Amino acid sequence: MTAISFQSVCKSFNGARGTFKALDDVSFDIQQGEFFGLLGPNGAGKTTLISILAGLLQPTSGHIKVQGLDVQTQTGEVRKRLGVVPQELVFDPFFSVREALRFQSGYFGIRGNDAWLDELLDCLGLADKANHNMRQLSGGMKRRVLVAQALVHKPPVIVLDEPTAGVDVELRQTLWQFIARLNREGHTVLLTTHYLEEAEALCNRIAMLKNGKVVALDNTSSLLKNASSNVLRFKLDAQLPTELAAQARVTGRIVQFPANDAAQIENYLAAVRQAGLVAEDVEIRKADLEDVFLDVMGAAS
Amino acid sequence: MIGWQALFYKEVLRFWKVSAQTIAAPVLTALLYMLIFGHLLEGRVTVYDSVSYTAFLVPGLVMMSLLQNAFANSSSSMVQSKMMGNLVFILLTPLGPRSWFAAYVLAAVVRGLAVGAGVLLVTVWFASLTVVWPIWIVVFAVLGAAMLGTLGLIAGLWADKFDQMSSFQNFLITPMTFLSGVFYSIHSLPPFWQQVSHLNPFFYMIDGFRYGFFGVSDVSPWLSLALVGGAFVLVAALALHLLRIGYKIRG
Repeated sequence: MTAISFQSVCKSFNGARGTFKALDDVSFDIQQGEFFGLLGPNGAGKTTLISILAGLLQPTSGHIKVQGLDVQTQTGEVRKRLGVVPQELVFDPFFSVREALRFQSGYFGIRGNDAWLDELLDCLGLADKANHNMRQLSGGMKRRVLVAQALVHKPPVIVLDEPTAGVDVELRQTLWQFIARLNREGHTVLLTTHYLEEAEALCNRIAMLKNGKVVALDNTSSLLKNASSNVLRFKLDAQLPTELAAQARVTGRIVQFPANDAAQIENYLAAVRQAGLVAEDVEIRKADLEDVFLDVMGAAS
Repeated sequence: MIGWQALFYKEVLRFWKVSAQTIAAPVLTALLYMLIFGHLLEGRVTVYDSVSYTAFLVPGLVMMSLLQNAFANSSSSMVQSKMMGNLVFILLTPLGPRSWFAAYVLAAVVRGLAVGAGVLLVTVWFASLTVVWPIWIVVFAVLGAAMLGTLGLIAGLWADKFDQMSSFQNFLITPMTFLSGVFYSIHSLPPFWQQVSHLNPFFYMIDGFRYGFFGVSDVSPWLSLALVGGAFVLVAALALHLLRIGYKIRG
């Protein structure tokens, strides 16, 4: 069964500098039970797509269906099936954590939801904060409450828009354990994130978005297979010559070259030596999703 | 059907938790009006032959506070939720336009009635107040609060910032309530200003409300009921329309 179906979704915004196309004919399906990653640089259109899915924005054209129901015409039924964790860290300063969750349950027509709310609080490490006012919570704790609020009605389709942005390691672990459990229990998960190692570890399928267009759509394992198989990585104290730097990815002292075989690796190291530079901490690693992502984004521009 | 009740309860709890600011403060303000205007004008201004100025002033102050606070409740809640971003929690639910409308307006009615009752409680000791038609008192109190709660909802949807909201309040709501005959009977005005006052919908709310206490009013309470009721239907239709199209809340 198809959990979410994006059908030729377009969205344009009229701004001071003319019309801006945020989404350009986006089409793909997510099956029930998938853990799906939606990746792309800032401004690629990920949040716009999710906002249309959540009914917060109207598409300029195209349709989105959730479990076969149209987002725009069968609004109420769709919203009962969706649990959306918004990207912005928002909260209602008037209420405690438990009050916020009880109200959220009520909006979905659910009364006497405390057993599930207790489980949510427990699984998200919020049990001892239940009676704290939202204002007293740290950013990470507020983020957990956002996740709990999205799940009060046990939605079959869970949408997480950068849920781990600016969040510490501990919460990321807690959160992913819980979301992975829900996914095993049959909930579909749609995730956007900038942490590519998270996407690689969690998502079975990935779509990459650039300038409002889908530029890659495949199983995570296939995406990884199609990329350069290895990466040569070392540290350097000096500047890399320009012609070499053009082929490498440089992050501060760290230099990385995509490489398919041993000969290529030797060539790069020889070129570094010829330039009179000393490579430290040399290692060869398997290409990861970040390499694939940069490949795809580079090819699409 | 319990979805809107949850939202209604949330809206009530929201002002109840800060009741010093949302109930006690407006009651104190009304008490100050009573002390100053009642003291200065008692014996100098005669409105109706049978009614002392202080007794005349009490229902006016009650209604003015009720209307202003009903407006403040829905408008400030909506603007605040929009600015804080937490309106998204409601936007993501299956709650439809009618549920939003019922919840926001009824919560505004509860706040208006709570403040109105508070003002009555502290000012009634200054005058010997009669109650001729309790039913008219209730009808105009509820209808007036619903009317202003609805206007507050519309203003809250329209305003992007608090200063736009306070312009609405300072330049429209406050003048219209002050000029509606809270402190005077419009019969004491020159004919031209009497005519102008008849164009002010707030006048009919206060006039009809006062009729419930004294059994006398500037116009028939039935006329006031028809005009206020008609105006309510119009603004309610506008508010529901704005909610349906997601005016300034859904892009």
